[in-house]
Amino acid sequence: MKILVPVKRVVDANVKIRVKPDGSGVDTANVKMSMNPFDENALEEALRLREAGTATEVVIVTVGSEKSAETLRAGLAMGADRAIHVKTEAPRIEPLAVAKVLKAVIASEAPDLVILGKQAIDDDNNQTGQMLSALLGWPQATFASKIVIGAGTIDVTREVDGGHETLRLALPALVTADLRLNEPRYASLPNIMKAKKKPLDETSPETLGVDIAPRLTVLKTTEPAGRTAGIIVASAEELAAKLKQAGVL
Amino acid sequence: MTTLILAEHDGKTLNEATAKALTAAKALGAPVHILVAGHSISAVAAAATRLDGVAKVLSADAESLAHQLAEPLAALVVSLAGGYDAIVAAATSTGKNTLPRVAALLDVMQVSEVSKVLAPDTFERPIYAGNAIETVQATGKLVLTIRISAFTATGEGANAQVETVSVPADPGTSQWLGAELSASVRPELAGARVVVSGGRALGSAEQFEAVLAPLADKLNAAIGASRAAVDAGYAANDMQVGQTGKVVAPELYIAIGISGAIQHLAGMKDSRIVVAINKDADAPIFQVADFGLVGDLFTLVPELVKALD
Repeated sequence: MKILVPVKRVVDANVKIRVKPDGSGVDTANVKMSMNPFDENALEEALRLREAGTATEVVIVTVGSEKSAETLRAGLAMGADRAIHVKTEAPRIEPLAVAKVLKAVIASEAPDLVILGKQAIDDDNNQTGQMLSALLGWPQATFASKIVIGAGTIDVTREVDGGHETLRLALPALVTADLRLNEPRYASLPNIMKAKKKPLDETSPETLGVDIAPRLTVLKTTEPAGRTAGIIVASAEELAAKLKQAGVL
Repeated sequence: MTTLILAEHDGKTLNEATAKALTAAKALGAPVHILVAGHSISAVAAAATRLDGVAKVLSADAESLAHQLAEPLAALVVSLAGGYDAIVAAATSTGKNTLPRVAALLDVMQVSEVSKVLAPDTFERPIYAGNAIETVQATGKLVLTIRISAFTATGEGANAQVETVSVPADPGTSQWLGAELSASVRPELAGARVVVSGGRALGSAEQFEAVLAPLADKLNAAIGASRAAVDAGYAANDMQVGQTGKVVAPELYIAIGISGAIQHLAGMKDSRIVVAINKDADAPIFQVADFGLVGDLFTLVPELVKALD
């Protein structure tokens, strides 16, 4: 079984982002970038399936700028076998465009399973996996917390609003990873060195024949209305009194 | 010019998320139809006909729709989409699962988690865990998911007709095996007026329940949790409040033993009144709290329960 794991380079989860004062977006210059955390869960799961002998090859793919190659190297250092970089300097690539690019990659790679993060922590769209699955005509299981591979099928436990549910999908299928799917590994130094020699192929949306022009226009990006710190009360009694005053009881 | 809302329900009752999505949909300025898709859903469809401002309810009843699986549900919505300019769903786990599939099949870029409708084609939505707000303009057909904590629920006041629609054949590539849903007598987290949330400082699943339940009972509150508490196994996944869990905006949010990571704040910072109880006076949660209480939660929470008598 071959697994494809699409990954995205995003502002690191621990960075406190800054909105540009002119409303043109979020400042990403000189900010620490990392692999989207949910994509790390997706890659970790693929690697575990390979280590268990269920999968034979794990290929990672990203759509993005020159610098996205760093994210692919990080994925190769975690243990992916090879990487595909769909290179574009387009400043904004929407999930629909990414899904179309990935569909074109899948046409030649022909994986049995695609696992990717349920959402990217920058745009918080939560769309790419579902869109890709629809374009492929494949079944999907989003927000996965557990995966069990069967004979030509995959059982996926999903985190849903009321708790969990389990689906059985016919392969090929697409799964989006939630945080509790696993605990992603750190890349060891020898593996980081080895990753430099692993194959990293480059292509582009143009070569794949995909139009990635955005459909939505971002008019502006602003800071949310902030909350300000209130007061520290001395006791539970005082807190209860304040809550009564505020009319929330 | 008509808007179609995909109803959120559990097969028996219409979820309040639908009435909230309706409020957002009405702001688009077009007549609104509600699609109730499921199996044996006449009670849900009847409830939908009563929502104020609904022009028509479409009922799609088939066994293949019983578990709201994304593939047959999206196929159904796409089969109806020709008659609509906007397709809307609440950003619940079902809405988030299904609507991007619909959008891709219609070759439309979805606008996710709309928090404000500025004009029929212009929307605000939070990005970066709510640390920035993006204003986006769309052209052509709209596919929107609605952040339900940002809209009030539309009340009753209509008496719309129910029309039965035919259901496309199920592709049959996915099968529902079962579910483990939390049974709780408490209000639903997403719509509760008061939320009491616990963090890792609670120390164990037993203490999480023992400390928070009396306070939640007293306030008729839903119980939430930080990601750390869920990861540690103190609370169920569906209780997680945050960027990737549930987003809540209750009248009163009480954060107990929660430090206040950015990802958690993303899920609760639109609450009206925030209370934080934490032993670390420097915890970031106090930066967003209206009232802070510094000290040992195991002493303070029982004291608060007593003080509320």
